[in-house]
Amino acid sequence: MRLIKSIGEWLDARLQLGSSIRETMEHRVPRETASWFYVFGSAAFVVFLLQIVTGTMLALIYVPSAGEAWNSLQTLNHNVELGWFIRGLHGWGSNFMVAIVLIHMVQVFLFGAYKYPRELTWIVGVLLLLVTLGMAFTGQVLRFDQDAYWGLGIGASIASRVPLMGPVIVKLMLGGPIIAGATLSRFFALHVFVVPGLLIAFVAVHLLMVLKLGINEWPMPGRVVHKATYIEDYHELTKKDGLPFVPSAIGKDIFFAAFILLSIAACAAYFGPFGPSGPPDPTIIQTAPRPDFFFLWLYAVLSLLPPSMETPALLIGPVVVIIGLLLLPFVFGEGEKSWRRRPIAVLTILLVAVALGTFTRLAGNAPWSPVMDAWSGVPIPPEFLHNRSALERQGALVFQVKQCHNCHSLGEQGGKRGPALDAVAVRLTQDQLIRQVIQGGGNMPAYGKNLSPAETTALVAFLETLHPGGQSPARDASRALALGTGAERPPSTDQ
Amino acid sequence: MSSPRQITRRDLFVKIGVFLNGIVGVILAVPIVRYLLSPVSRERKPGYESWIPLGELEQFPSGETRLATYRNPVVSSSDGETANIACWVRNVDGQTFQVFAINCAHLGCPVRWFPQSSLFMCPCHGGAYYQDGSRASGPPERGLFEYDYKIDSGKLLIKAGEMPTPGQASNIVTEIRPCA
Repeated sequence: MRLIKSIGEWLDARLQLGSSIRETMEHRVPRETASWFYVFGSAAFVVFLLQIVTGTMLALIYVPSAGEAWNSLQTLNHNVELGWFIRGLHGWGSNFMVAIVLIHMVQVFLFGAYKYPRELTWIVGVLLLLVTLGMAFTGQVLRFDQDAYWGLGIGASIASRVPLMGPVIVKLMLGGPIIAGATLSRFFALHVFVVPGLLIAFVAVHLLMVLKLGINEWPMPGRVVHKATYIEDYHELTKKDGLPFVPSAIGKDIFFAAFILLSIAACAAYFGPFGPSGPPDPTIIQTAPRPDFFFLWLYAVLSLLPPSMETPALLIGPVVVIIGLLLLPFVFGEGEKSWRRRPIAVLTILLVAVALGTFTRLAGNAPWSPVMDAWSGVPIPPEFLHNRSALERQGALVFQVKQCHNCHSLGEQGGKRGPALDAVAVRLTQDQLIRQVIQGGGNMPAYGKNLSPAETTALVAFLETLHPGGQSPARDASRALALGTGAERPPSTDQ
Repeated sequence: MSSPRQITRRDLFVKIGVFLNGIVGVILAVPIVRYLLSPVSRERKPGYESWIPLGELEQFPSGETRLATYRNPVVSSSDGETANIACWVRNVDGQTFQVFAINCAHLGCPVRWFPQSSLFMCPCHGGAYYQDGSRASGPPERGLFEYDYKIDSGKLLIKAGEMPTPGQASNIVTEIRPCA
């Protein structure tokens, strides 16, 4: 003990950091901030430290070369002792970090912590969010598999739509004309040097300001922020009703950080690492690329936007959101902090959360994507074929062979890109069915050139059988008049 | 120390030092910027886009659409299999061809050919194209990207070297065909 003490004294005589560290640790914070709501910032920081450690460990094995990266990931998963676990920690750590950063941001927003004098802390926090998402995206690329390859293609396609500068940005992003070795090398440099450097710098500034300006006090309805009096009031509060950060307020932070680290370890051990999926060989086209969890909502938005809206929304949307976030503390820098007196703030959070949650959930089953193998792998349920005529069954064959099933479902099976056809005969008459099949329209390709008249007749005969037992199919009331009685419907297509 | 007008040796050294560093900064900035922009400037160098053989004409029967692969003309040893690019070759009538990029014109995912329904379908966001590459349905704003092709001594060659993206399509046919 005495030895440790004397070494400490020897070091402090030279470094002279002891007193300022002690002062920092013991700085007074408002009593009520020693709360479970105030643990997310420190937890994000702890997960970031975990990412630095596990990332460095992965870099011992990983080869940032387009020809080798995928193999080195397999080596990590299978040939290096506990390599799979370190990959799992890093991957799950990434998901947890994005989640905690978002929760931290919501808490800060709802507690009015961005208001005077903490505007810059908020702005740096917004930059930290962007940088964290940047780490998540570049990290997904380093897991250099099929999804990463085509994900880069999607990124390049989005970037190419920037007016005038698009092609230049694409080449700078890819490091060349195609997604190849140079692309992975530069994403490695971004993920390992550039973005972490920014992240460390922003974290330092962010933390420094939290110390200099003090942690946001617990918002009380009616305790309004005025620039003239706020700082004095805050000091008064910490003096009258404050605690030293260490040891009084740090307890919950430590507890929560341990809980999060344990959760990450549990996920890594139980679920294992993410991928890699198939090798990044662009000639293997039997693939359906999907983004990582935190970009799933974007995948849904890109599918659901009308084509004409897409480029403006992609290019202007993020700019508007970021500018809005950056301007927030200047527009609403004073006033009430409590969420109880800020209904619009609460509604905004709810709206954003519901929107992102809905898009993410939609992207989970991706109804807009054709089921590429439904025509060959998903049979028509037998009830749709029971008691059908030869012509109608021939039409069912056409339905499968011409890949209709890839986009249209029958009995909940098959693609959901187009409407389900279980009851299509109730909606469309025979003529309308023929027209829809031949001319397409309403986001359906025209099959006129790909179907012989016989195939069309058979297909429409099958489609006309698709109506619930109790409901008769739609019919054109004028048909009997125009063609004379008896021409209303050939008897074979009746139930 | 000294009167305001008078410049001391120390002040002069500081000024010259700052000036020198400014010059050094500019001298270093030029190669740094040129180095960083090399992926852009490489476009003007020979060999960026070249005529690449896709194979003998017999590999592409008349009236059919087949997958072909080629190795990108600009490669480095670290590219591995990522420099192998796929494309769809349509032999229209034995004389004329169409060579489509594998990348969907929406966001670049690999489109798949379905000969039974004569459609290209994209697995990502559900874009679909007719056999001549024109847009059939879904989010794409245009038809498939097409490579220039030529036939030389029984071989089909395409001019390629760059991944086509919606915002840029140099040397790639961009004419929009009427709907099939």
